[in-house]
Amino acid sequence: MRYLPHTSEEINSMLDAVGANSLDALFSTVPENCRRTGDPCLPEPLTEWALNDHMEVLSRSMGVPPGYKVFVGAGSYDHCIPHALSHLLSRSEFVTSYTPYQPEMSQGTLQAIYEYQTLTCRLLGMEVSNASLYDGASALAEALLMAARITRAKKVAISSLIHPHYRQVVRTYFAPTGFELVELPRLQDGRTDLSPLEETEGLAALAVQSPNFFGCVEDLYAAAQEAHQKDALLVTAFTEPLAYGLLKNPGSLGADLACGEAQSLGIPESFGGPGLGMFATKMKFVRNMPGRLVGQTVDMDGRRGFVLTLATREQHIRREKATSNICTNNSLCALAAAMYMASLGRTGIRELARLNRDKTEYLKKGLLDAGFEIPFDSPTFNEFVAAFPSESGKVYQRLLEKKIVAGLPLAPYYPDLADHYLFCVTETKTRDDLDALIKEMTS
Amino acid sequence: MKEISELELPDDLRYAEDHEWAEMEGDQVKVGVSDYAQDQLGDIVFVELPQVGDTFSKGDEFGTVESVKAVAELYMPIGGEITAVNNALEDSPEWLNKSPYQDGWIIKVKPKDPSEIDALMTKTSYVEMLKGLQ
Repeated sequence: MRYLPHTSEEINSMLDAVGANSLDALFSTVPENCRRTGDPCLPEPLTEWALNDHMEVLSRSMGVPPGYKVFVGAGSYDHCIPHALSHLLSRSEFVTSYTPYQPEMSQGTLQAIYEYQTLTCRLLGMEVSNASLYDGASALAEALLMAARITRAKKVAISSLIHPHYRQVVRTYFAPTGFELVELPRLQDGRTDLSPLEETEGLAALAVQSPNFFGCVEDLYAAAQEAHQKDALLVTAFTEPLAYGLLKNPGSLGADLACGEAQSLGIPESFGGPGLGMFATKMKFVRNMPGRLVGQTVDMDGRRGFVLTLATREQHIRREKATSNICTNNSLCALAAAMYMASLGRTGIRELARLNRDKTEYLKKGLLDAGFEIPFDSPTFNEFVAAFPSESGKVYQRLLEKKIVAGLPLAPYYPDLADHYLFCVTETKTRDDLDALIKEMTS
Repeated sequence: MKEISELELPDDLRYAEDHEWAEMEGDQVKVGVSDYAQDQLGDIVFVELPQVGDTFSKGDEFGTVESVKAVAELYMPIGGEITAVNNALEDSPEWLNKSPYQDGWIIKVKPKDPSEIDALMTKTSYVEMLKGLQ
């Protein structure tokens, strides 16, 4: 498939075919007050070389690797991406293929999605995964709506240690629904306080993130017990699925829905997107699941094949009664995640997860020894919170000038945590990087 | 698909415009979908049932029927409280195709106003309506 713009000749012949005499006439069915009139205020077009220069200047204005040593995760993680991925992903069979409505034409794409679903289920310990959603935040919102559909209850308890942006998206999704959102406070150890649930009735779901926004590993087993006692579903969110290479996965701890962001699995950070919404659940809830689903079947000769299945949940068939208005998936990103998981394999993911954990522990210990406070003592994976001496961001600024981004300031998200920073260490940081960070912070 | 003359439409049932049937059984009303509805839908693969104790008005949606090619909503032919649901349909939705009037019944309702059943169509008027749909 080639991407060539239409010529005016082609446009005119198409307009002739539908009996419209101009592009404006073609759009006349769109109500006037929904159409933009006037100048869109865009700058003049640039040449290719001028545009490249412009982008180069823009990118230099940001603190990104390799120019900067960035110790920030908080939902977007700097991992090494095996070069095989960019090569495979650029193949036109994957890059240009569209929604595989026709199984007889699309076995390759469908099989790739099926492999993604299978690997996702194995990583999360769940029974069925959809073909992916857009990102972690919308996946969480969809999961909570799904829990409300299943339980027919209208209240959702959500941990305040779920990524702040995810909670914002959930609030946006929930605003017109009339469902109630209850936010659970945190404990001293950096985990979610589940005790307010004792007083809560009519609960559809309990949502916790593990590792949570402070990097702390939540007690998902206890959360599942608590949720199930209330006839509610446990929804577990994540921003760093690599953690499940080392930690027990959500499914084995009793999660009914597991969802989150899988940018970590082979997708570049790219200024925040595109991401990949992972979404998995138990088979008994499959008909309430949003999004695409690929299933395995046999053709008339008994050969294995793949098709979109249970499409009656979806918008193109069920219209306004669909489980979601998401009628697509993030296929190329899902493919990247599948390739990433397959490249590393079970032992590779485990080793990489251990490397992330060990390096993070090294930094944590180094900062503790240097006199910094680590306020939350729960176990962590590749992120943790450190408190700086109270001097309104001076250390942070000084390090930034040395091209080191020393964590994410938490105060904008948690006003009571002034001078607290969320650090992340992945495999991309060397011991020298970590030693240099500790040295600079203490100097 | 069946011709109208091939449809099995028992004389003693009442029929709704959305192709549900209703049958008085003591003080309760048994509800299912007509032979026409199951035939139009094709192979039924899933039935979503309400919960016992739910109450609905006449015309409310109380569940869905999913076939290999479409999903159809189920509407109450009569208002009232659900007293029983046919749980066998969860594992064997095909009863709706095989036996729409016996094993494929869907819910039992305790009607709020039993006279509502008189407003439903008789077999004769239902057949007239089906002819109009062709």
